[in-house]
Amino acid sequence: MPRVSRAKAGFSVWAGVVFVFLYLPIAVMALFAFNKPSEAALVGFQGTDWCALPPDKIGNVSVWNGFTTCWFSAGLHDPSYVPAIITSAEIAALAAIIATCLGLCAALALARMKTKIRAPFDVLVYLTLVVPEIVVAVASLIFFVQLRNHVPFFPQLGFWTILIGQVVFNASLAMLVIRARFVGMGDTLEEAAYDLGSGPVSTFRQVTFPRLMPAIVASALLSFTFSFDDYVLPAFTNGTTNTWPIVLYSAVRFGITPAVNALATIMLALTAVAVIAVALVLRRSRSRTTSAPDAVGSSLGGMIGF
Amino acid sequence: MTLAPGDVAFDVEFRGITKRFGPLVAVNRVDLQVNKGEFLSLLGPSGCGKTTSLRMIAGFEQPDEGELLIGGTDAVGVPPYRRNVNTVFQSYALFPHMSVIDNVAYGLKQRGTGKAERIRLSGEALELVQLTGRQDHRPSMLSGGQQQRVALARALVMHPQVLLLDEPLGALDLKLRKEMQVELKRIQEQVGITFIYVTHDQEEALSMSDRVAVMSNGVIEQLDEPRVIYDNPRTSFVAEFIGDMNFLSGVVTEKVGGQFIVDAGGGVVIRGHGAASRGSSVRVGIRPERMTALPGSPEQQANSAKATVLSKMYLGDQIQISVSLANGQRIIVREQRASANPVLDVVYSGDEVLVSWDDKAPLLLEQTVPLQSSAEAEQYTPSEEAAVHASTEES
Ligand SMILES: Nc1ncnc2c1ncn2[C@@H]1O[C@H](COP(=O)(O)OP(=O)(O)OP(=O)(O)O)[C@@H](O)[C@H]1O
Ligand SMILES: [Mg+2]
Repeated sequence: MPRVSRAKAGFSVWAGVVFVFLYLPIAVMALFAFNKPSEAALVGFQGTDWCALPPDKIGNVSVWNGFTTCWFSAGLHDPSYVPAIITSAEIAALAAIIATCLGLCAALALARMKTKIRAPFDVLVYLTLVVPEIVVAVASLIFFVQLRNHVPFFPQLGFWTILIGQVVFNASLAMLVIRARFVGMGDTLEEAAYDLGSGPVSTFRQVTFPRLMPAIVASALLSFTFSFDDYVLPAFTNGTTNTWPIVLYSAVRFGITPAVNALATIMLALTAVAVIAVALVLRRSRSRTTSAPDAVGSSLGGMIGF
Repeated sequence: MTLAPGDVAFDVEFRGITKRFGPLVAVNRVDLQVNKGEFLSLLGPSGCGKTTSLRMIAGFEQPDEGELLIGGTDAVGVPPYRRNVNTVFQSYALFPHMSVIDNVAYGLKQRGTGKAERIRLSGEALELVQLTGRQDHRPSMLSGGQQQRVALARALVMHPQVLLLDEPLGALDLKLRKEMQVELKRIQEQVGITFIYVTHDQEEALSMSDRVAVMSNGVIEQLDEPRVIYDNPRTSFVAEFIGDMNFLSGVVTEKVGGQFIVDAGGGVVIRGHGAASRGSSVRVGIRPERMTALPGSPEQQANSAKATVLSKMYLGDQIQISVSLANGQRIIVREQRASANPVLDVVYSGDEVLVSWDDKAPLLLEQTVPLQSSAEAEQYTPSEEAAVHASTEES
């Protein structure tokens, strides 16, 4: 018995170390959202709002100088930050929805195709994932510009072209995630449903779709995250539209203030609230019968990791 | 030949059905007629086409040739969800995301049965399979035998014209299997639905069925009542597949009335009943329990042969010896130990015995009418050839 409990204690400590390693940087990031500008920078400062200092005048903020909450209002009032976040969130949400729908359709179609017909489609899907993003970005830029020259109603570089780029990548990803589960499911359940008198549509609705739900949720979340923080592709195809990563990267050149930390902390808090809310809803529906909450719950649990 | 609908003799009828997978012929010109309310088993070794036949009835596969009638109407091309046939799958195929009661009620829901009625009927079906009180559990929380019952209830609640069962007891341990066999038979008699039951377990097929279809390589070798299948196998394949069988080969030397006499070499002469033509090479089967062995070596005559005991084995209620005949052939003799004085008790390996049988025991299984030389008479004939011989013999 003591050996077992010692081993258990060892594992607990190890798990603790891993979690610290994973989450300490985030905690530090959140903590420094409350950091004051350095004493030296505040010497001779006249106004009431320390956080109104220009980025290059706030001194060393990588050490703890004291507590303030002014960065939150500074971040939220910054003329470029919040709109960029909203743009990014809009693109990510749309991309997640469209890519998951496309991925679902492609997964259903490809999984049951003959290998010979399927092979070329598979190659295309894998290509969008393995070709370096910078190559795709350059190609997309040239393609969009050329296309607009020939097709006048094609949108200008901006929101829509970023979205198209995101959808292409994420649809491939969603396809792979959903197809893996679909193939793993086998077709006996669908056959059982047919056997019991439900036609193709109601079989899909009552059996296939609920069984695929965990994969669908997972690929939607993955797509959202991937496109929310993607930099390379939007940087090439954004035109005059700014996404949050683009704004951040350009801000780095002038020096980042703790206002960025403040916004990241807000986003973190919103995400945590959303995930907890979803988990609660799912737990409640677990007692009901027509969804697959346990599987969704566990894959959601996995998603919280990043 | 065709009967008016409503006045149909058969629940399921195969007319010359062939199913191919690429070059492989899984089901080969099969004719089959399943009577109303009957318990019919499809029995055969792995890969002989049992599941494929069942899947054609269910509608998951379409025959390449031939006609398939369900309840007297053509079923080719009718999708599974429009057939009045339900399946109990080998892997159960319960919906893991639904509770037991929702699984059972699934089919009724598709039919548009009202909720209260659905619950009532499903509850009854669960009672029929003796699984109550687990209604709200997920299938994954049930044992194998319980899942099997849910699968059965889910199909039975539909009151199909025909219930198809694909090795439904395959995943259960021996004891539970025996219990479920009795249960299944009881349920079938209670609900009176036609059961088509696939299995590769001969005991299961023989004990439960009204009729058994023995399949091999995509053809039905024999379709008969279990007793007939055992007592009168028509082909070598059936003889060998069902129970144990001693085979003796030889040439027909005489044919008198309904009797034949075969010289199997080494002074072994077999006399039996059957239509064999003189000079042809035949294969004769004799069940081990139809043979007796006597110690000592009296005169050898027709239907008896001198033999040397090679080994002896106790099989619980039976004694079995393996002997070598004068012609070098090895055969098995079996005796019930319940008989007052088991002869084989005092027989040991190396002893000389006289093996004998009565003239009803030899079963004429194959016959080759000689073309030039019939040296292959001794040779083991593969089973598909046996089928060909058997059918030519009949016509
Ligand atoms: N979808 C398929 N594609 C190709 N070949 C198939 C397919 N289904 C069955 N077969 C082949 O058809 C033959 C008959 O298969 P079937 O499943 O009917 O055998 P079975 O009698 O049910 O065997 P078992 O007792 O092992 O279940 C086998 O040789 C099998 O390999
Ligand atoms: Mg099978």
